[in-house]
Amino acid sequence: MSPPDALLHAVDRPNSWIGRARPREQAKRHAAGGGRFLDDLEPPRCLHAAFLRSPHAHARLLALDVTAAASQPGVFRVLVGADLDPVMTPWVGVLAHFKGLKSAPQYPLARGRAVFQGEPVAMVLAASRRAAEDALPHIHAEWEPLPVLTDPEESLAAPPIHAELGDNLAFTRTAETGDLQAAFARAHAVVESGFETARHTGVTLEPRGVLAHWDPAEERLTVHHGTQAPHMMKEIFVRHLGLAEEQVRVICPDVGGSYGVKIHTYQDEMACVAAARLLARPVKFVADRLESFQSDIHAREHRVHARMAVDADGRILAMDVEDLTGIGPYSVYPRTSAVEGNQVVNLSGGWYTMDAYRCRLRVAFTNKPPTCQYRAVGQPVAIALTEGLADLAARAVRLDPAEFRRRNLMPDGEYPAKAPSGVPLEGLSHQRALERLLEIMDYPALRRRQAEARAAGRHLGIGIASFIEVTNPSAMFYGVGGAPISAQDGCTVRLEPGGSATVASSLTEQGQGAEAVLAQVTADALGLDPARVRVVTGDTERTPYGGGTWASRGTGIGGEACLRAARGLSENIRALAGAVLQADPATLDLRDGAVVDAATGTGRMTLAEVGRLGYMRGDLLPPGVQPELSVTRHFQTRQYPFAFANGAQGCLLELDPETGWTSLLKHWVVEDCGTLVNPLLVDEQIRGGVVQGIGAALFEECLYDADGNLLNGTMADYLVPMAVEMPDIEVAHLCTPTAESALGAKGAGEAGTAAAPAAVMNALNDALAHFGARLTTMPFTPQRVLAALDAAGATAR
Amino acid sequence: MKAAAFRYARATSAAHAQALLAEHGEDARLLAGGQSLLAALNLRLSEPAILIDIGRIGHAAIEARDGRLRLSALATHAAIGRSAAVAEAAPMLAQAVPHIAHPAIRNRGTIGGSLALGDPAAEWPACALALNAEIVLASAARGERRVSAEDFFLGLYSTACAADEMVLAAEFPATAPNERQVCLELARRRGDYALVGVAASAKLEGGRISGLRAAFFGVGATPVLAREASRAAEGATVAEAARAAADALGRDLDPPGDPTTDGATRLRLARVLMRRAVEAMAA
Repeated sequence: MSPPDALLHAVDRPNSWIGRARPREQAKRHAAGGGRFLDDLEPPRCLHAAFLRSPHAHARLLALDVTAAASQPGVFRVLVGADLDPVMTPWVGVLAHFKGLKSAPQYPLARGRAVFQGEPVAMVLAASRRAAEDALPHIHAEWEPLPVLTDPEESLAAPPIHAELGDNLAFTRTAETGDLQAAFARAHAVVESGFETARHTGVTLEPRGVLAHWDPAEERLTVHHGTQAPHMMKEIFVRHLGLAEEQVRVICPDVGGSYGVKIHTYQDEMACVAAARLLARPVKFVADRLESFQSDIHAREHRVHARMAVDADGRILAMDVEDLTGIGPYSVYPRTSAVEGNQVVNLSGGWYTMDAYRCRLRVAFTNKPPTCQYRAVGQPVAIALTEGLADLAARAVRLDPAEFRRRNLMPDGEYPAKAPSGVPLEGLSHQRALERLLEIMDYPALRRRQAEARAAGRHLGIGIASFIEVTNPSAMFYGVGGAPISAQDGCTVRLEPGGSATVASSLTEQGQGAEAVLAQVTADALGLDPARVRVVTGDTERTPYGGGTWASRGTGIGGEACLRAARGLSENIRALAGAVLQADPATLDLRDGAVVDAATGTGRMTLAEVGRLGYMRGDLLPPGVQPELSVTRHFQTRQYPFAFANGAQGCLLELDPETGWTSLLKHWVVEDCGTLVNPLLVDEQIRGGVVQGIGAALFEECLYDADGNLLNGTMADYLVPMAVEMPDIEVAHLCTPTAESALGAKGAGEAGTAAAPAAVMNALNDALAHFGARLTTMPFTPQRVLAALDAAGATAR
Repeated sequence: MKAAAFRYARATSAAHAQALLAEHGEDARLLAGGQSLLAALNLRLSEPAILIDIGRIGHAAIEARDGRLRLSALATHAAIGRSAAVAEAAPMLAQAVPHIAHPAIRNRGTIGGSLALGDPAAEWPACALALNAEIVLASAARGERRVSAEDFFLGLYSTACAADEMVLAAEFPATAPNERQVCLELARRRGDYALVGVAASAKLEGGRISGLRAAFFGVGATPVLAREASRAAEGATVAEAARAAADALGRDLDPPGDPTTDGATRLRLARVLMRRAVEAMAA
């Protein structure tokens, strides 16, 4: 007979915390004002940095005189590029597995020339940030403007920004499978379209910041850093300061959002670390909002032209994609600026069956700030172009967009499979996700509502977008290319003498709830209330080594390491209890903070008693028993390069053809990220991601003029999505666990952002189709919508 | 960014504030709600030598009396939005409040500060112009004087308020029988400065529009009274007036562009708002 547990749903089992929606503990602390962020740290003798930044997008520095600034009140020192040479070497953002990827050496402060507006040139170190800012106008800098390249296409034909690189083509790659020509030749219809996604940025609530301190007595560098990847940053400081790894420690205080912004090597932050080493004083820098817009990584400036061939039944035969992206003057170190475009190559069309596929990527240097990995990296581009073509093709063969997808989505149950680019896929549920989406949207009713509204002169648009999401990357993503980026995570779980548990994980907490996930996983394995689990993250000295927060890997990788460690500890606890109780450990279970008889649930010994015996009363233990009440485990995926998650999104909006306004009425998401540890956190990840994706579709763009000047550097004119304009977002789940781990969790951090722009675009074009108009240039501003309507002759001016 | 250093004085009364202004003149800025000023200080767009804090001088009353609605300078946007007297005497103002930024800002920002700043994209200057309000100014040297809204807004962030003067109040004529008032705007996000907005009043009698006063905001260096639109609409039925006023706007407005919305689009949007505003008067 099965134990009664087997008949219960997982969340109903005693002490089963995996799968329970519950608020995370940290939220209380933050709500109560107890957050401790980088700018809250102020050690004695701290110097505050402010940077002179290049006002030009490309200019030669003819003269730089800092003497007047250095004598301003409160100023300790003003440093220029050469001052940092003795302590820091430059870096180059290339990876070995991106063949041909090139970039130029980057220094903490510009050397003789600035190549983007906002590039740091000189650094004032003063007793306060205000004193440092007061001194900035006293720096004398003389510039000779040089030709500025802002357009990637023009850049490819122009003289190189870095003469030694020969040209401005940073990277190019073409993936081709099947016989493209033959597939297009036998097509019943071919549709094609341009797509543009706008350069935008992550806009974290807390800006980037660093506080570096060199202790000359210990010869040790301690860097408090608002980062997603402390172990990676440690390696970078070690490499470029010429230190030994035991000399560097990186600590993360509370981090107020990251979205990929806080995982790169920034000149200003490196300059602070170098200055701290040079001056043996703590040096602190927190970017202000203008600096954030000028120097945080940007992303998504892609110009795509794509074609799709379909047969008479509406089956996709082939896709052919050209992608051009402008990445600024450097490939960002160490993750590089080729990955975003490379994702477009790998993922476009990745949820459809087809015979042939080609995608050519070109990555161009320009004189705008460097771009790199921002939440959903490349996926919004790949999904928008694919789903945009899918809607066009559906129209060409007179199929409803839902039916078109039904005919073309990869069939469930026929995995493992490969994406058209050749990327392997473990196990996905596209067909079920689409059907579930149509169900929660009540799609037929929506179409009726749309027809009724149109009869009444109102213009509703309905859009759907299927997608895959890159999660749980293996070492094939970065490590293989030589970057100090770990695809594995480690976790130590320790039983305390009072029966609580302490977890130390290489994951990091950015506000997304990683610590809550670790607490629930541990609680589940140890039969503890999560409130009795303390979680330590974000300290290279106090946690196991690991990758941190990126690529939707926290729960899938770090959570699995935690599960394995906690299960290992459970075994040790049961072994110890078994020895004391003279019971077979296999008959024991951990529930409600106690060791119980698994069959009857009868309590045998509390975890506090186990802890006390293990740590204090070895005298009471049977001979030879050595309690092991801490367990460390590591985990990385080995079988697949990624554990893809999948799903589908739907959007309902209303278009005002007189003003070009789009009002979002409702958004739906079906997500299959395997096992859900905390559905509340997953849902909020999805919703937050959708909101960022809506930002890309409707609002966000870093605007530059032809001279490379940033035109919108404040929160008043860079429009992030805000609550009033956001629709209700309904989220539903399917569960196809990854077989690579015991936990079975895939990531969910980027799905919302990845597919929302496509869903909004398709909904807008569904509404515009009534006027014969179409728009594929994001963001869909009122002016662009009106221009699209005008181009179709739809409205009188 | 951090504000440049400044001195700070807290005025204990309007007279005290005026005395401080007389002493410091151009070097001083009055600090009321601070919702625009502090941002400007932190961006170092403004570097006054001294801030004179008028937050505790009183002068926050909202009074309707003798056919006039008097909003004292320190009345907050939120207080104006909550006032039954405002809703009755000048419904346009009550309609404008939800468009002014966000609740936290409305709780601090004041009508006096908004009028004195003279932001051409803000709601209050346009409402004052549409309703032909009088701005009450006071200085230590010259005492009180009144300036009509039509003479008050001189240019970009430039008003008739002299360096030694402060705004004490704005007085609006109470709405007349048969008068209709509307405030509409188009902002990409609720609470943003409008791409274009209109504050309009007119008489509606026997289905015909007369005395249309439509003040547009976000279309130039100051709020702009659409006089040609008014002429075109005079005496027409609502539908005709709406169309005629919208058509005439090209002679009233020449909006500047910004990086995402050019002048022609703003004019086009202004026409839509003009038409909708007149139509709303009959609704």
